[in-house]
Amino acid sequence: MMAALLQSRYGIVLLIAAGIVLIPLVTPSTFYLRVAILVYIFSIAVVGLNLLMGFAGQVSLGHAGFFGIGAYAVAVGPTHFGIPSWASLLIGVALAGLIAYVVGRPILKLRGHYLAVATLGMGILIAMVFTNEARFTGGPDGMPVPRLVLFDWVVRGVTTWYWVSGVSLVIAAAIAVNLIASPTGRALRAIHDSETASHVLGIDVARYKLVVFVISAVYAAVAGAYLALFDALVTPVTAGFLRSIEFVTMAVLGGLGSILGSVVGAAVLVVLPQMLTVFHDYEHIALGAIMIVFMIFLPAGIVPSLGRLFGRKFS
Amino acid sequence: MPEFLQFLFSGLTIGAIYALVALGFTLIYNASDVINFAQGEFVMLGGMVTFFAAAAGVPLPLAALLAIVVAVAVGLLLHRFAIEPARGASAVTLIIITIGASILLRGVAAVVFDKNFHSFPPFAGTTPWNVGGATILPQSVIVLLGAGIIVVAMWALMSMTLIGKAMVATAANKLAAQLTGINTRAIIGLSFAVSAAIGAIGGILVTPITLTSYDVGTLLALKGFAAAMLGGMGHPFGAVVGGLIVGLLESFGAGYISSAYKDAIAFIVILAVLFFMPNGLFGKASAERV
Repeated sequence: MMAALLQSRYGIVLLIAAGIVLIPLVTPSTFYLRVAILVYIFSIAVVGLNLLMGFAGQVSLGHAGFFGIGAYAVAVGPTHFGIPSWASLLIGVALAGLIAYVVGRPILKLRGHYLAVATLGMGILIAMVFTNEARFTGGPDGMPVPRLVLFDWVVRGVTTWYWVSGVSLVIAAAIAVNLIASPTGRALRAIHDSETASHVLGIDVARYKLVVFVISAVYAAVAGAYLALFDALVTPVTAGFLRSIEFVTMAVLGGLGSILGSVVGAAVLVVLPQMLTVFHDYEHIALGAIMIVFMIFLPAGIVPSLGRLFGRKFS
Repeated sequence: MPEFLQFLFSGLTIGAIYALVALGFTLIYNASDVINFAQGEFVMLGGMVTFFAAAAGVPLPLAALLAIVVAVAVGLLLHRFAIEPARGASAVTLIIITIGASILLRGVAAVVFDKNFHSFPPFAGTTPWNVGGATILPQSVIVLLGAGIIVVAMWALMSMTLIGKAMVATAANKLAAQLTGINTRAIIGLSFAVSAAIGAIGGILVTPITLTSYDVGTLLALKGFAAAMLGGMGHPFGAVVGGLIVGLLESFGAGYISSAYKDAIAFIVILAVLFFMPNGLFGKASAERV
């Protein structure tokens, strides 16, 4: 029963949903819920990035840029233009998608490490705008973010955000799973295996790469907006280069091409630093060492490698 | 004109350091297909070990030598205990390993040393020279000379010695190199060692100008990587040219356009170049095998 469930398309989504429902029942304090919220928010961005990296095989070292666009949209929109938060969120997400669409065409022609450096440059350019246009963004210190209000309902408090972020993650995972199973998903996997062969088969390689790039940018922007609304604060660190690296690390650590892996990868990299604070000064040493050991012993990522170990395939 | 010369000098100085980082990237990439994001940490080690050894009373030249030895040892350990055990893993897995190594090394440096900025006195005094109205620090000339000597030495190593030719052969085709009797494992280890030494020397040379601290490596790795890609990955000459271009763009961009957007200018040019030359300035197009 369990095995059959996991084999089905929505098995993974149900597994994630079950985890989200169960965690509040076993956690002793809201501190753990706060950590869980961060895990869910980062998971949304990483699931999107995984569609790009794990399924289409295209690297991006600039996704924190899109994350930052979502985050700054819900800060700048209400503060400077009087646009309600929910509308600002939608505008931010649309803007991230539009930018991904415009820069995606030329950038996605590049391959491998050249694509990595181009996306890196794009992310840094976006982050630099947030740092330098202090008139709108508060510069390096960042700016406060007003609460999200939906029809007189003020979205605030840890419990509320727990369910908002949790339900959003389930929806994000469900969309991703559906996309992978669709003809688009098959085309993406074909591109991952060989661009030339896909092209010969009549797949419009450039178009599919662009589609998934835009989708992953939208995921990142939604996650960024959530984080800003939850933290009630946004700084350029949100959109920084290290954040992009963090996303990639989460995706690879959890397992490229595995939606469950994205959640696991995000969970490990959010929870681990919280636990490692007990080591004080040795925190970074421990984090670096753990990353190296994980990647040596689970080179395909935590979920796919463990899945292979137990002879079961999680997708 | 003095302004122009001033920007030129500072651009070339910082560009020389980027060039050394990019050269280190290229060496390791050619030998092992690994993009080593811990490359900047070698530069950090060069500056930090020299400072703390000198502060402990070791004469500066010996302290610098010690720093190079430490960096080489770290490079060899990185290869032996992080890269070698993950042989056969995908490129992106190896990149995450080097990012982990970079976090680890930064953590170790913060604990063993400290989190402050440090510098040591320039090697040839502090009296600036006046060239055409611009001032140039003697240390800048030393950085440029040092970088130039390293580049020439690398060229000589690659084209005139048996070991260098074994490195070139390993880069070109690992299996074929193995079949001709080259110990490719040792060659890859050697690449890490040489790459670490180059990074450390860069760190030692530039610290009197730019200062050093436990976390300078990240940004240098970023710029060095961008420079290497601009030149064309795997192309040593391209890496050096790419490094100098990135340094000059930053310096002129900061001087003439906007200091807040100096990094933006460098990356916009890189994006533009890649748009027209998707394999960098000197890289060759490669066909995908199906």
